[in-house]
Amino acid sequence: MEHPVIDVKDLSRTFADKKALDGVSFSAAAGQVYGLVGSNGAGKTTLLKHMLGLLRATAGSVRIFGLDPVRDPAGVLSRVGYLSEERDLPEWMRIDELLRYTQAYHPTWDAAYARELLETFALDPKKKIKDLSKGMRAQAGLIAAVAHRPELLILDEPSSGLDAMVRRDILDAIVRAVADDGRTVIFSSHLLDEVERMSDHVTLMQQGRVTLSGILDDVRRDYQRSRVRFAEHFDQPPVIDTALAMEGGGRTWSVIHSGSIEQFRHSVHACGGEVVESRDATLEEIFLARAGRGRQQVEAA
Amino acid sequence: MDISINVTDGVPIYRQIVNQVKYLVASGLLQPGEELPPIRTLALQLKVTPNTIVKAYGELEISGVLHKRQGSGTFVSDARPQLAMRDRRRVIEQRIDALLVEAYQLNFTADDILRMIRERKAAMDETGAEPAEEKKELKR
Repeated sequence: MEHPVIDVKDLSRTFADKKALDGVSFSAAAGQVYGLVGSNGAGKTTLLKHMLGLLRATAGSVRIFGLDPVRDPAGVLSRVGYLSEERDLPEWMRIDELLRYTQAYHPTWDAAYARELLETFALDPKKKIKDLSKGMRAQAGLIAAVAHRPELLILDEPSSGLDAMVRRDILDAIVRAVADDGRTVIFSSHLLDEVERMSDHVTLMQQGRVTLSGILDDVRRDYQRSRVRFAEHFDQPPVIDTALAMEGGGRTWSVIHSGSIEQFRHSVHACGGEVVESRDATLEEIFLARAGRGRQQVEAA
Repeated sequence: MDISINVTDGVPIYRQIVNQVKYLVASGLLQPGEELPPIRTLALQLKVTPNTIVKAYGELEISGVLHKRQGSGTFVSDARPQLAMRDRRRVIEQRIDALLVEAYQLNFTADDILRMIRERKAAMDETGAEPAEEKKELKR
């Protein structure tokens, strides 16, 4: 029987008195790229660490290839590649030692691929990890994460703090994993344009919960950005049911809204306005609108 | 292949690719029978998930712009997409409406737009199809 690559059900996790994850469910199918977005502290890293078995589920379940990563770490981790946000590599090792060490855990290690990446990145294998620049650390970590051609590649903020060149290396590795081998990738990022380009599916986390999840194009289609003109001036945005965020002033406002265009037009008409134009919202617009709404709810509570 | 992706204008990426390939074919920059880059190559070039290219090529195949050859690659079709006249008109009319709205907002008259369309066509002809191809077009 085919298992989903990732199957997280109703996962909750509390650190001290803070709910880091609150009833999170998530699943991933083979050959797809999953983008995970959300503010710092939303629970993205905590969720990824549960998938790797680095954290034990206090409530709910985590299955990777149908296996429990806490009970069967060898069975899971040999088929997974991971690049952590902190790139916590053994400082005292040289790059070639790091790769030999990683290879020992992975029977599927592709030495030719590792060599090819070393050359592409122009990394000196004799260099010690502690002497590497931030970009080189990411590159070394990336080779260690992909050279065994893992079935599942987990990247936590892979582009964080990197220049455009190294970011491109990382994106290339994602494309190659999916295009060459039909592998599955999940990556978290705060670079929404990167998520928009690289993801087939997108999941938004806020305060430990999944608040939006789906096929990227479907999610995008569910949200529109419309320009609206009203007959009268408004100092405060008028109330429109499906509007998540409104920007502008006076008679012209730009609105991020969900639901059908017809319903939105109707609501705008009721306020004495008309819709000038509409288009699908970008991920960034959706994200900011949702995040803003989250804040308001917190303030209201 | 000269395609550029813009993630700020709200158009889904696969659709941007579909539109630009159609443009390249219409302008003669992609010729009938010409091979398109493999999925992996174009995904690497554009920095997009390979599945987006699969989706775009799939759609272009359905609309008859491209065809796959078993065991080789994806090629530009010889024939223009076959649609009923009414459907073809509708597609173009929608584009014209959007263009006219935009033109109005940017203070262009319909006459300005007509003139600009002719200018763009002339520029396209210069960079695009070979003169021989042009003649064939006319005879058809």
